[in-house]
Amino acid sequence: MAQNVLAFSEDRELLIQLLGKGKELADSLGGELNALLVGSNISDSGELAQYGSKKTLVADGPGFEHFSVEAYKAAFLKAVEASDPGIILIGATKRGKELAARVAAALDTGCMTECMTLEVDEEGNLVSERLTYAGSTIATEVSRRAPHIVTIPSRAFEAPEPGEGVGEIVTLDVSIPEPRVKVVERREKTKGDVDLEGAPIIVSAGRGFKAKEDLKILEELAEVLGAKVGCSRPISADMGWMDDWIGISGRKVSPKLYLACGISGTIQHAAGIRNSQILVAINEDENANIHEISDYSIVGDLYTVLPALIKALKEKLG
Amino acid sequence: MARIIVLLKDIVDLTEMKVDPETRQPVTEGVKRRISELDKRALETAIQLKESGEGEVIALSMGGSGTRVALLAALAMGADAAYIINDEALAGVDALATSKVLKAAVEKIGDYDLIIGGEMTLDSLSAQVIPRLAELLDLPQVTYVKEIELGEGALRAVRDLEDVDEVVEVDLPAVVAVVREVNEPRIPSLMNIMKAKRKPTEEWDAEAVGLSAEEVKASSSVEILNVMAPKVDRKRIVIKADTVEDAAAQLAEAIVSEGVLER
Ligand SMILES: Cc1cc2nc3c(=O)[nH]c(=O)nc-3n(C[C@H](O)[C@H](O)[C@H](O)COP(=O)(O)OP(=O)(O)OC[C@H]3O[C@@H](n4cnc5c(N)ncnc54)[C@H](O)[C@@H]3O)c2cc1C
Repeated sequence: MAQNVLAFSEDRELLIQLLGKGKELADSLGGELNALLVGSNISDSGELAQYGSKKTLVADGPGFEHFSVEAYKAAFLKAVEASDPGIILIGATKRGKELAARVAAALDTGCMTECMTLEVDEEGNLVSERLTYAGSTIATEVSRRAPHIVTIPSRAFEAPEPGEGVGEIVTLDVSIPEPRVKVVERREKTKGDVDLEGAPIIVSAGRGFKAKEDLKILEELAEVLGAKVGCSRPISADMGWMDDWIGISGRKVSPKLYLACGISGTIQHAAGIRNSQILVAINEDENANIHEISDYSIVGDLYTVLPALIKALKEKLG
Repeated sequence: MARIIVLLKDIVDLTEMKVDPETRQPVTEGVKRRISELDKRALETAIQLKESGEGEVIALSMGGSGTRVALLAALAMGADAAYIINDEALAGVDALATSKVLKAAVEKIGDYDLIIGGEMTLDSLSAQVIPRLAELLDLPQVTYVKEIELGEGALRAVRDLEDVDEVVEVDLPAVVAVVREVNEPRIPSLMNIMKAKRKPTEEWDAEAVGLSAEEVKASSSVEILNVMAPKVDRKRIVIKADTVEDAAAQLAEAIVSEGVLER
């Protein structure tokens, strides 16, 4: 049975990634890929055809300038009516996730959150893999009733190259409900200058560091390597030495090199560094789990190993 | 006087849960169960709201046979009463079915001003129940809340989104989901732990909240096929040398030869 796919994310980059996966799914199901755009004064709705969107459904109006879950839900339900999807892909941003759950409830159907993989099985059900148990395990889940709704995190699927596709633009006529949640202020967040998620090299501190001043050793290593500095949760949440931590409840990173210093390697931390290409650990406890999940490790005191490593790297790198 | 329903789920203590190295499956049997971290923060929020005015905090949980013990902690922290929906026929249902049951339960409890829970439970990480409940009850939802105060028939909250902090106001009743930053849950005193045992606790099955367990179960459409720890595919080379300098030099050599420093 042919099934259409409908993709939505308020984050354009993520939406294009969804269209890549959506096209693959739609092709295999003999259906059509469609996209939904919601906003105010949308000027570039034609662009999505290049990524395979047959119908780009557009809900445009002042009421959509800022994301409001009830208004966006109203637009979404119109888009569902207009495009009859069997599969709905929504970008797993914070707003995307609350919207997905609300739309799923309105359509009385299931939803799978933050899917890392997606496949259609022989019976036409949607099967996904996603993290559970605070990120320590991967669950394989099946959605048995259409429309299947899933949310997809950034970079789970690659963005496709733009092609020659042609599509149409369909304007949706949405009556926006009176907003019940009134936004009285929006405070822009200052983006910390460390963009850990995109960093190619990260050196990271754990509770093996005894004092905040000692992080200087790690900063020196970071400088030699051209690395960003990260940390485990206690260093940030309990000690307050850094703004952000890495792990299941913090940043998820995928550097080429991750160097964990004085970090024990609990499942919650490990969940955030799994996609590192090369993992290195320095930990004085030979039984620490971090050694089990590393490529290279030294069992030793970071206070002596790090200065020696800095010296050795300086010599090597000139 | 605010009547607040807190949604709580008891899950295995994740700091104690181990993974079987052979099967790579999590071992949950025999592991202590606790209230999921963010739900506990939702409870703390509710108790603080009660303390800043006047009110009542009602803990509600859909769970199993161990839930009663886990909810004693909620009563010790300051919840006034606890309701548990425990029906074997509902085991393993998805977020859709769970929210239908919770909807029926909050309607049975009735007369609430606020429903509050954690953004997600840490076992399923699905983050669906709160928005689904808001939809089913046709109530406004305020998610990702890190600060909240109650006024006369309304609430004001700060929502923690990726790019902005959003300050919102909404009339009650409303449904709220909190994030980790909202507070640090209190540790109950021994006296309050003793008192908790005397607070009212009621257990319901699906029928008690006016539902047919079979129908609810049939509406559940997402099923977990298996759960496994990811395979660790690492070299696991432990560098051993007589001196720290030698070890560091070997590590430096390894890092350079992996080619990960090239830009
Ligand atoms: C729901 C939940 C979510 C969580 N999310 C996260 C998360 O996202 N990220 C995260 O990191 N944590 C998270 N945690 C916390 C996690 O469980 C651990 O508490 C935390 O990761 C431990 O941090 P650590 O490795 O720095 O400290 P520890 O576990 O205390 O380890 C310190 C390590 O340093 C070593 N050490 C000590 N001194 C030295 C020295 N001089 N030289 C070398 N090594 C030394 C020790 O051998 C030890 O292995 C979460 C916990 C829960 C319950």
